[in-house]
Amino acid sequence: MQRIGVFICWCGSNIAATVDVVKVAEVIKNEPGVVYSANYQYMCSENGQQLIKQAIKEHNLTGIVIGACSPRMHEATFRKAAEEAGLNPYMVEIANIREHCSWIHKDMDEATEKAVILVRTAIAKVKLNAPLTAGESPVVKRALVIGGGIAGIQAALDIADAGFEVDIVEKNATIGGRMAQLDKTFPTLDCSACILTPKMVDCAQHEKIDILSYSEVEDVKGFVGNFNVKIRRKARFVDETKCTGCKICMEKCPSKKGLNAFNMNLNTRPAIYIPFAQAIPNVAVIDPEQCIKLKTGKCGICQKFCGVGAIDYEQKDTFIERQYGAIVVATGFKPISVDAFNEYGYNDNKDVITSLELERLMNAAGPTNGVLLRPSDGEHPKVITFIQCVGSRDTSGCGKPYCSKICCMYTAKHAMLIREKYPDTEVHVFYIDVRTPGKNYDEFFRRAVEQYGVDYIKGMVGKVYNENGKLMVQGSNLIDNEQVTIESDLVVLAAAIEPEPSVRKVATLLTASIDTNNFLTESHAKLRPVESPTAGVYLAGVCQGPKDIPETVSQASACAAKVIGLLVKDKLKTNPCVAIPNETMCNGCSQCANVCAYGAITYVDKEFRLGGGKTEIRRVASVNPAVCQGCGACTVTCPSGAMDLKGFSSKQIMSEVEAICKM
Amino acid sequence: MKEVELKMLERAKALLESGEVARVIGWKKGEFFYDPSPASFETVEELDGFVYNWFCGANLSKYLIEMSKKEGKTAVFLKPCDTYSFNQLVKEHRIKRENVYVIAVECLGKLDIEKIKAKGISLIENVEVVDKEVKVTSAYGVDTLAKPEVVLSKCAACTKTHQVKDEEIILHETPARDVDRFEEVKKLEAMTEEERFAFWREQLSKCIRCNACRNVCPACSCVKCVFDNPNSGIAAKANDDKFEEQLFHIIRAFHVAGRCTDCGECSRVCPQNIPLHLLNRKFIKDIDNLYGEYQAGETDEGKTPLTSYTEGDTEPNDVFNGEAK
Amino acid sequence: MQDVTTEKKEFTPNIVAFCCNWCSYAGADLAGSSRLSYPANVKIIRVPCSCRVNPMFVLKAFQQGADGVILCGCHPGDCHYVTGNYYTRRRMALLYSFLNYMGIEKERTRLEWVSAAEGVRFSAVMNDFVKTVTELGENKRLTDLRVKEGE
Repeated sequence: MQRIGVFICWCGSNIAATVDVVKVAEVIKNEPGVVYSANYQYMCSENGQQLIKQAIKEHNLTGIVIGACSPRMHEATFRKAAEEAGLNPYMVEIANIREHCSWIHKDMDEATEKAVILVRTAIAKVKLNAPLTAGESPVVKRALVIGGGIAGIQAALDIADAGFEVDIVEKNATIGGRMAQLDKTFPTLDCSACILTPKMVDCAQHEKIDILSYSEVEDVKGFVGNFNVKIRRKARFVDETKCTGCKICMEKCPSKKGLNAFNMNLNTRPAIYIPFAQAIPNVAVIDPEQCIKLKTGKCGICQKFCGVGAIDYEQKDTFIERQYGAIVVATGFKPISVDAFNEYGYNDNKDVITSLELERLMNAAGPTNGVLLRPSDGEHPKVITFIQCVGSRDTSGCGKPYCSKICCMYTAKHAMLIREKYPDTEVHVFYIDVRTPGKNYDEFFRRAVEQYGVDYIKGMVGKVYNENGKLMVQGSNLIDNEQVTIESDLVVLAAAIEPEPSVRKVATLLTASIDTNNFLTESHAKLRPVESPTAGVYLAGVCQGPKDIPETVSQASACAAKVIGLLVKDKLKTNPCVAIPNETMCNGCSQCANVCAYGAITYVDKEFRLGGGKTEIRRVASVNPAVCQGCGACTVTCPSGAMDLKGFSSKQIMSEVEAICKM
Repeated sequence: MKEVELKMLERAKALLESGEVARVIGWKKGEFFYDPSPASFETVEELDGFVYNWFCGANLSKYLIEMSKKEGKTAVFLKPCDTYSFNQLVKEHRIKRENVYVIAVECLGKLDIEKIKAKGISLIENVEVVDKEVKVTSAYGVDTLAKPEVVLSKCAACTKTHQVKDEEIILHETPARDVDRFEEVKKLEAMTEEERFAFWREQLSKCIRCNACRNVCPACSCVKCVFDNPNSGIAAKANDDKFEEQLFHIIRAFHVAGRCTDCGECSRVCPQNIPLHLLNRKFIKDIDNLYGEYQAGETDEGKTPLTSYTEGDTEPNDVFNGEAK
Repeated sequence: MQDVTTEKKEFTPNIVAFCCNWCSYAGADLAGSSRLSYPANVKIIRVPCSCRVNPMFVLKAFQQGADGVILCGCHPGDCHYVTGNYYTRRRMALLYSFLNYMGIEKERTRLEWVSAAEGVRFSAVMNDFVKTVTELGENKRLTDLRVKEGE
């Protein structure tokens, strides 16, 4: 005999103001199976939970229904309370009478009536609940970090320092990411390489860290605590274990016309190259599209000159498979293509450049050795105009609707550095708004204006055109309410940033959700900002949303803390709400396995007793409860209804439907 | 037809005699020549009752679920339309393919005795088919009927050809035909919602829940039917609200969607003459329209339309009368 | 005139909404915490994924007196269970079309993708669905397809 207890929460006035909680509790008392019904100001409070626990014990309750806020809020709280009172935690159902009732309805009678129906529905379900026990699965004590930029580096170092093995998978030939391309960093103006490269070296030297550069994640199977990842190690045509990074090959390579991506294609590099001086690993890589030997079979000069015999033209992509307990995604960003913004003339004028290009032009290791020379004729630009929000906060469809967050600060940095180094240079900045929240950020921006005399013009640029070798920047000055045209030598576009496109593939492999702008979605915008909704997957850096270096590093460390918290556990409790086949009804038709995204269903031949001492061997489905995620796709595919889902059984839902339809 | 029957009999005898197969599934004579029924023959002697004529409409593939579990091979005669059901059952691991010896036989459309009788002919002694004409000899003389008028409804719009990787074929392939099997579905689609509702209510209210459709259907071959599964939440009990009774045909049609080969057995066996195949054909038509042409049972492997997807599939809200709008 | 309007107002449809736990149910929660109202006759059943919704649940709802049934899940590509909603989309496309073939008004069945961030959309979708079903009136057809005329 079922003995159901019902607990109606007021949630202060959140529920009680619109739902007559006393009446709900009274009406429910008469429901068949209900032996106890109460109402209380805050069921989730210590006292409220005490009331529940006491009632469970005193009335020998076999199941309880809490009429309160969303189960997404306090289901775990009430399950724990039930467990403490000796009731199986899965004998608890929540009727959401706050988010789905009191908060959206104004009429008290209407809301009260609906609350009664919702509670009745929960009672109908709980009557069919069965005690469930969470299973356990082991945790592989190794983490994978996808992306070797500052986010990945920081996360890897923190996890490794806690004593866990970490692999960094980086698709490029070196770790370092975008930060390695930067010249100086705001708001302190320290040199980017000076603060980044020691961390890169730390990674390389850390005994717990394995850097898999020039590699990509191919396939991911498994689940939290137990991911099985297949990694493609792309052929670099250089034996990583032999190459000493002496660069003789780069010197001797006859094919030197490759665009140097590290320098934003502003100069060229040989077919065999090390991306930059402090690359980690400091190992060369051959660009097969450019290498004469790989394309024609003739040449082989680098092999001849290599003192250690590291060159291997026969190298093929290889695959490795490793197990991980947790995965950090830190795939980073790229500036958007500004090709679509015809008005700025990026494609027509060599001296219209993006901010990241400027970054390389100012860097001592860049194509001009740090001397600011304009790309067209190598002259010192005397007038430089910056255009902000190129593709950011753009709802026209051409750009991105969001604010890229970092542009205001780096433009102030650029302006300042230029005025510092070349005081005879005029610097103008067209902006919509200047957004500089953050510690010492606004002060930094004000220094650019007040101390360095950078000319900030509030207004949009309509057109950039070439007139007599000068770049004419035509825009509006909204403060003075006038049209202005600035004759410039160099125009710098603060292009919006977007997630690195490869993140889409990574997201699909990890079943991590992605938003309309290709940013990975966090589990909760405020309370779980570094966790992906997929258990065991964490997000660091710009792949989750635009952010600067300090924020990226903070988020990476937060990820590491989450990963460490996971990896220190020996076992994880698994979700007990998984699919379960009734073997006596199973046809073994394979339809359920066809729709299972996790490969949780396999088939076994089982012997069944027929009448009269006879037996029969039948093929039946078998579910791995550690792999099943409990979506229920299989249950609907099964024609005989042999497959059911614990906690959301067909009978339970049918019963809910029946109860909820009764007006 | 007689020629085919003789060849079949010859093969059945040879297979049983040689011990290559333990049994042969075919049709045996009924009380009259026009009511043959599916049968299993285990000895040459039993083959005395073997028959293959214009009234052997029954689909034999479903019997193989049980027969293929038995010791020894089972030989089976499959008409073109039956081969689809056979493949579908192999795909779903219901038939042990290695235990079956398939003999594909020709079929030029089977006749519906009820339709002949409905022409007012009784005491039928013989039926002969010459091309598109059916000559019915009865105690009252010879009547000549147009064949399309008296074939089984499932044969009227049949375009099926042999699909099984068979062991052998007896006689030539059924010639390809150009008919639109969705004609009746389209007619219904062209009606107003009220008219359609009235049509189906009239049809389905005739149902006596004899389960003949379910029993004959090769796709409805569950070890235990969902309607008999107490955990499904739909199995009807006494004093129940009769959910099962009321929505049986919708659920049944959905359960076989993507798996129904359109063999038409449901309509053939319905004692109330409900055009049940029109339910299944609607699903087939929609699947063809929305997800590309798909014929269940064309092969014995691969996923069905309902266990696959594409990222750009039509939204349910955008489907009107089976067309994506 | 007045009588007609009051008479029309008397019918409030009974709406059952199946919402997946990860997106749509959370979207409904967000509609709640944002105090975005929709009629009280919309009642939500929580399922782990839209792909858990068996056509039998939809039919059962109609048979038990629902005037409209709406299924909500994560946007295609965003399913918490990777591919669940893709199967839902095919199943419901076929089921809804089939019910319409049986003579059931297409507008009584609906499927909407609502993310956890779309509280506004959740409320708008529900308001719109209630309006549509109110205009259709009471569902009499799907309660029983076997009832003989006049019975």
